[in-house]
Amino acid sequence: MIWNESYECMGHEELRETQNKRLRTTVECVYHNSPFYRAKMQELGITPNDIESIDDIVKLPFTTKTDLRDQYPFGLFSAPMSEIVRLHASSGTTGKPIVAGYTRKDLSIWSEVMARTFAAGGCNRNDIFQIAYGYGLFTGGLGAHYGAETLGASVIPISSGNTEKQIQLMTDFGSTALCCTPSYALYLAEAVHDMGVQDKLKLKVGFFGAEPWTEEMRKEIEQKLNLKAYDIFGLTEIIGPGVAYDCSAQHGMHINEDHFFPEIINPKTLKPVKKGEVGELVFTTITKEGMPVLRYRTKDLTSLIYEPCSCGRTSVRMHKIMGRSDDMLIIRGVNVFPSQIESVLLEFGETAPHYHLYVDRENNTDTFDVHVELRPENFTDDMSAMLGLAKRIEHRILSVVGIHAHVKLVEPRSIERSIGKAKRVTDKRNLY
Amino acid sequence: MIIKQLSIFLENKTGRLTEVTRLLGSAGINLSAFSMAESSDFGIMRVVLSDPQAAKKLLMQNGFTVTLSDVVCLFVPNTPGTLSEALLLLSEHNVSVDYMYAFAMDDVARVVIRPNDIAKCVEVLQNSNLKLVKASDMYYF
Repeated sequence: MIWNESYECMGHEELRETQNKRLRTTVECVYHNSPFYRAKMQELGITPNDIESIDDIVKLPFTTKTDLRDQYPFGLFSAPMSEIVRLHASSGTTGKPIVAGYTRKDLSIWSEVMARTFAAGGCNRNDIFQIAYGYGLFTGGLGAHYGAETLGASVIPISSGNTEKQIQLMTDFGSTALCCTPSYALYLAEAVHDMGVQDKLKLKVGFFGAEPWTEEMRKEIEQKLNLKAYDIFGLTEIIGPGVAYDCSAQHGMHINEDHFFPEIINPKTLKPVKKGEVGELVFTTITKEGMPVLRYRTKDLTSLIYEPCSCGRTSVRMHKIMGRSDDMLIIRGVNVFPSQIESVLLEFGETAPHYHLYVDRENNTDTFDVHVELRPENFTDDMSAMLGLAKRIEHRILSVVGIHAHVKLVEPRSIERSIGKAKRVTDKRNLY
Repeated sequence: MIIKQLSIFLENKTGRLTEVTRLLGSAGINLSAFSMAESSDFGIMRVVLSDPQAAKKLLMQNGFTVTLSDVVCLFVPNTPGTLSEALLLLSEHNVSVDYMYAFAMDDVARVVIRPNDIAKCVEVLQNSNLKLVKASDMYYF
């Protein structure tokens, strides 16, 4: 079901016109109300008059996480505190938290985009929503809460934790939709099976986000809880959950681009990449009042899908986040993200997900070696088959990343295992 | 008549071959024949030895990647033209050779052959006047 067909299925020209208008209003707003953005724009020598259409977005300054921290707590607000009706904050793993302020209109936008998310998962006013995201400063709980209420569903604001109570209410109240992190969904699923109550569940769908998860996790959750699992994407800096959502086609998440305009940039040059290429995801909010942000660099890597979706929505879609832009390598002038190489290697069942990338420079040319462990059960006595496997991986890397890599099959367990974040790249070039 | 050959995946790193032979030697496993197939990045060591199952287990326990494959071992008189007769016989019966290795001295040579069709290869050679090495003669156990 489509919640707001006039926006979600808007024609291209009309959508552009809406975005043009909304961007102009936003730029006017921040220029006149936010000393931070006015200073940034003056530094670049631009005024709101330079922004006529959404294409002019590239003239605007970027916003980074550091900017948000430096402006702690309210320095980025463009509305007076008398207009701010809600404050949220992201759990700051490093340093100060990031604070977001919402006006009444911002909250209604948030409810709207979350209602779109739930409707896209097939939900309506007859559903019973169990919101097991944390309620509080974290945007997950309240974001889902208001979205489900806007949809007209019955909401159980149980928040996270207390697994036994979760399962008791799930069975007694007959919850049909579950909202929580994918890892908590798996935990709940295991507890449901331990208690042997899986047959008493009435769950149809789940909306899982706030952390990265894999296709394998999706299958496991779907099978154990007997529901269809939808991905949702969002970040506190932009609004919280509801920036992008899965539709029934589940081929990329639809971005609510009438509210949050996405760009993909090259994280080194900060220039836009070609359509469909992988790069850093950047968002500009074009309807928010409390804390509008211009060109916020998420540091997340993905690519956008501009082709129309089979579900009927016209909005642009984003692939799952593939990694972090800080990890980017430039090899022979081509941007290479280790996560791209990893995703290629995962396609080949013959190799284990243990790899190491070596970049070096010989005779002024970059060399790129990919060492990947062979799976013991896939070793064969046939030399041409073994060499063929390495060649097939090289070919696949070439077509995905656009660069020739030398793939070397190495012995199982020969690549160093590390505890915590694995170090997967050795760049021996002395370029700096 | 089918002999189990042990193949070992070896990265081109100093000491790996030494480690294989050291392990086999200390376990009392004897090597009858071997060959090395090599590429620029890795090699496959193919060994005919006295106890293939025990050797497989031992090497796997020590982190080596191994697999067993079927080969035949053929006696060929050490005279000009005899190998060609044997190979002609195989090609006439559409058996092709993936690889082989051999060493001849004195009166006789023993040739290890990895054919594409092991059953047919054994049948063809057994129906000829050529002699195959029996597995029981090769293994100690």
